[in-house]
Amino acid sequence: MAAFILNGRRASVDAEPETPLLYVLRDDLRLNAAKFGCGLGQCGACTVLVEGEPIFSCLTPVSMVEGKKVTTLEGLGTIADPGKLQEAFIAEQAAQCGYCIPGMMMRAAALLAKTPHPTDAQVREAMQPNLCRCGTHMRILRAIKRASA
Amino acid sequence: MRILLAALAFAIMLGAGGCARSLEPRPATLHETFDRALVARGAGLAAIGDCYGCHTRRDGAPFAGGVAMHSPFGTIYSSNITPDAETGIGGWTEAAFRRALREGVRRDGAHLYPAFPYDRFSLVSDDDAHALYAYLMTRTPVRARPPANELAFPFNMRWGIALWKAMYLRAPAPQRERGAYLVEGLGHCGSCHSPRNALFAEERDRAYQGGDLEGWHAYAIERHTKAPVPWDVASLTFYLRNGWHPDHGVARGSMGLVTAELRDAPEADVEAMSAYVAGMMGTPGAGRAMQGRQLTRAPMAHVRDAPGPGRELYRSACLECHDGSRPMPFGGLPLTLSLGLHGESPRNLINVVLHGLGPGQGETSPVMPGYAGALDEDQLVDLVTWLRANLTDEAPWPDFRRLVREARAMDRSMLDFPPGGAGTDPLAAKAP
Repeated sequence: MAAFILNGRRASVDAEPETPLLYVLRDDLRLNAAKFGCGLGQCGACTVLVEGEPIFSCLTPVSMVEGKKVTTLEGLGTIADPGKLQEAFIAEQAAQCGYCIPGMMMRAAALLAKTPHPTDAQVREAMQPNLCRCGTHMRILRAIKRASA
Repeated sequence: MRILLAALAFAIMLGAGGCARSLEPRPATLHETFDRALVARGAGLAAIGDCYGCHTRRDGAPFAGGVAMHSPFGTIYSSNITPDAETGIGGWTEAAFRRALREGVRRDGAHLYPAFPYDRFSLVSDDDAHALYAYLMTRTPVRARPPANELAFPFNMRWGIALWKAMYLRAPAPQRERGAYLVEGLGHCGSCHSPRNALFAEERDRAYQGGDLEGWHAYAIERHTKAPVPWDVASLTFYLRNGWHPDHGVARGSMGLVTAELRDAPEADVEAMSAYVAGMMGTPGAGRAMQGRQLTRAPMAHVRDAPGPGRELYRSACLECHDGSRPMPFGGLPLTLSLGLHGESPRNLINVVLHGLGPGQGETSPVMPGYAGALDEDQLVDLVTWLRANLTDEAPWPDFRRLVREARAMDRSMLDFPPGGAGTDPLAAKAP
């Protein structure tokens, strides 16, 4: 049994302690924004926030987040009522295949919570762990800048 | 008390100090030429001395200085050693360069702080100093003034350094065999691998028994080494030239700078240094040698796996990569082999678990994600305690919560993986 605060609400799941948080989110809790990319913590598609810090959920056992606050993309807004960062990504059409975008948005959300008006260099530095292979990097950077304006 | 004593000693120095003689600048009209072979030899020596590591900022021009060096007395910034006439050493004659290297005196006569390891460079021969000068004077001049040092009184008084030198400068030694000459002198291995006293000088009677610097621990590299698999000349040489070894682990922190540079040093020199260090470590006893062989043959068989709060964390977060199924550098080291778990200090293990191993630019480097966001202090303490108890035969570390807090607050610059290096083909470096 694992229990934590998911997007502001209590969540408890019947899962082995070593189950990756990503599997719990997607398979047990049906929150499919976070993606399985490499499974090695090298691509960032699975990024979610734990206590406001971006983490790779594919490598984080659910026992590690026991009792902690977990935020996924679903916690930033809905399709009907997108959050500021999501609006900015839509406005810049920052997704091509879109697989990396939830992770990108979560890492950007962590950055903007700490540094509301980052410089271009700060954005690049912070986003370094997340990879995009379609090549919408410039749009992603613009979307983050737009959300910070 | 140590600090008080240090302050007192420095106060005495204030009276004793003084300034050295200012040397004539190098005439601006002088256009020396340097033989290419000499410059190449200087490049190899500069790599052994790790000049680049301390004199090049991340994203900065090579050798332009400005790297922050953290000491108990404050922050010292390395100087610009490019041949720029105004802000670098372009106006320095070879005599001025040699004096700076071996006596720690600037051309204008001011004393240099011993963050510049002239207490070891005093052993560098005239010949090698000549080659180093040729190499540095043929680099691209860069106009860059490093930030002013941030040192508390009385340490901000340069003339106090004179007494320090009187106490700690090594007298030039007669020529020794190559490995000893390089390790003791230009390579300045002891500058990090020896403990330092209250005045930041190496403790001579505990040389190479390990020291703490820039947020990392430099392990003992003499007979006190805790390496679970004994080092030998071949493994040391590979490690020093590649920054990792499949039976030992990965170099990071300041050591990452060192290994990134040693790739460009002559292999024979690195081998000679390895032979000297292996000699300091001594021949392992039969028991230790046997244990090393058993460990390398079946590293995972030595995990005790006792129940405990850290066990689930190890099994779920670490084992995914550290199960020995994929070879280094892209697979994780089986942690029973890791000096990080066996060593005299948990500092490096804590740093790496929290901050991971960033990818090197143009380096064949292992990578690891950090867990600073996911692990809280108690979980990290549980994990480190469990690892030490279940993957090593060493006694538990004394309370290390202070190190955890220090690691969390670590300056970003201490975590940077060296941006330099030769940019080798990732597939070219194969495990030995």
